[in-house]
Amino acid sequence: MIIIITNTNLSTGTETSGRANERAFDALRNIKIEAGVLERADGSAYLEMGGNKVLAAVYGPRELFVRRLMQPNKAVLRCKYNMAPFSVDDRKRPGPDRRSVEISKIASEALTPAVFVEKFPRSTIDVYIEVLEAEGGTRCAGITAASVALADAGIPMRDMVVACAAGKSDGKVILDLSEVEDKEGEADLPIAMMPRTGDITLLQMDGHLTEEEFGQALDLAINGCKIINEEQKKAIKNRYGD
Amino acid sequence: MIFVEDKEIVIPGDILADEEYNSGRGTFKENDNVCSSLVGLVAIRDKKISVIPLQSKYIPKRGDVVIGEVTDIRFSMWNLDINSPYSGFLPASDVFGKEKRELNRTFDIGDVLFLRVVDVDEVKKVKLGLKGRGLGKFRGGILINITPTKVPRLIGKKGSMINMIKDETRCEVIVGQNGVVWVKGDPAMERVAEKVINMIEEQAHTSGLTDRVRDMLAKLLGREPESSEDSEEDSEDESEDFELEESGSEETNEDEGINSNEG
Repeated sequence: MIIIITNTNLSTGTETSGRANERAFDALRNIKIEAGVLERADGSAYLEMGGNKVLAAVYGPRELFVRRLMQPNKAVLRCKYNMAPFSVDDRKRPGPDRRSVEISKIASEALTPAVFVEKFPRSTIDVYIEVLEAEGGTRCAGITAASVALADAGIPMRDMVVACAAGKSDGKVILDLSEVEDKEGEADLPIAMMPRTGDITLLQMDGHLTEEEFGQALDLAINGCKIINEEQKKAIKNRYGD
Repeated sequence: MIFVEDKEIVIPGDILADEEYNSGRGTFKENDNVCSSLVGLVAIRDKKISVIPLQSKYIPKRGDVVIGEVTDIRFSMWNLDINSPYSGFLPASDVFGKEKRELNRTFDIGDVLFLRVVDVDEVKKVKLGLKGRGLGKFRGGILINITPTKVPRLIGKKGSMINMIKDETRCEVIVGQNGVVWVKGDPAMERVAEKVINMIEEQAHTSGLTDRVRDMLAKLLGREPESSEDSEEDSEDESEDFELEESGSEETNEDEGINSNEG
């Protein structure tokens, strides 16, 4: 069911002046989302964004067996972000590390405000984000895919959640940083938001930006989110042959 | 003002209408707008907008009839998986009365039972019972899981869809409201029924389904497909389904379940 596009125009990692593939400062990488790709999950989504390939699966709401996590008035949304050992150039040691624990936490915190967790007390919703191939911005890709998977699982939500990063590389404020731009750039600003209400559910930043640059980057990221949201909508509607 | 059409597919967060309309199931109100909270089909009735989900989990309700599998045996009760976020329990006193007997002699782990939801309490403990016509243990047969919201579609108007499957395959079919379907008959026929039920689940949101089911049954049973003469009836079928969903008329489904058991 999954059609994997082989990406022929990956950045070579040598360009520092100008963006790879002559991308404009406010242009996103090519994006493709497909909903309902996994047979056994309650909801699932596959997302490609540039060189990123991410699979998200949702199970639940289901019975929570860990009693101490149980919330008497709402469901708990547990997230697990994992990078495949083959997802990066140098083999990644399998298993959770500091980075993936952090991303799991921020992903669940970015998604929870959108979900009507109070409708399923004493239960859990499990979200699994698997990164098959990474090329910068996997946390945003993961959250975007997870939100499609949640909708596909029929979980009631206030709005979709969509994530996108902006940042500064080579002295310019740009949208959707690639791996090279992130590593060699000055700043990275991933955000997640609910596009209808405009609520921001995740905002992280590393590096340095002036107040003015921060404003520019935030505006860029918000616009990026709105474009990605259209793709999310299309993906869900395509699932039901619309 | 309304921004969507009847039976349009919507996704969470879509604005359906403004404050003129009332929010029904699958929707919520925010800043005077009615928004969808689910992926589903819009159902407009007078001034009330609802969204019929395309995918959901079963939430136990008192009075429902469900199919459950025994997962654990405790001192005085059985625990059952009822395909829901909340597991159910069947007290031994409900089966034996005051008599004391070994529980695993009656129902063992893995047994499949047809039960009624007696009560759901504040802490979401689901109490099940076996009192009622046709309730009890299944012997043999296969289980098929479908999305609980598609149960009315599988049953059809006054049981038209389910009766067609039963007549054509000569299988016993019982549908629990938790989306578990039990089918028993000739093994080859069980497989035909399974295929048809899975097809219905996949295409529950489309129209003209009854005809396609009839054609598929005819094809799988190696007969010439009959000419589809009552396509109009099917469109009626669908509106009926929506009503079933909205008003949540459990009575109809419940009776269906029990009737199916007899047939």
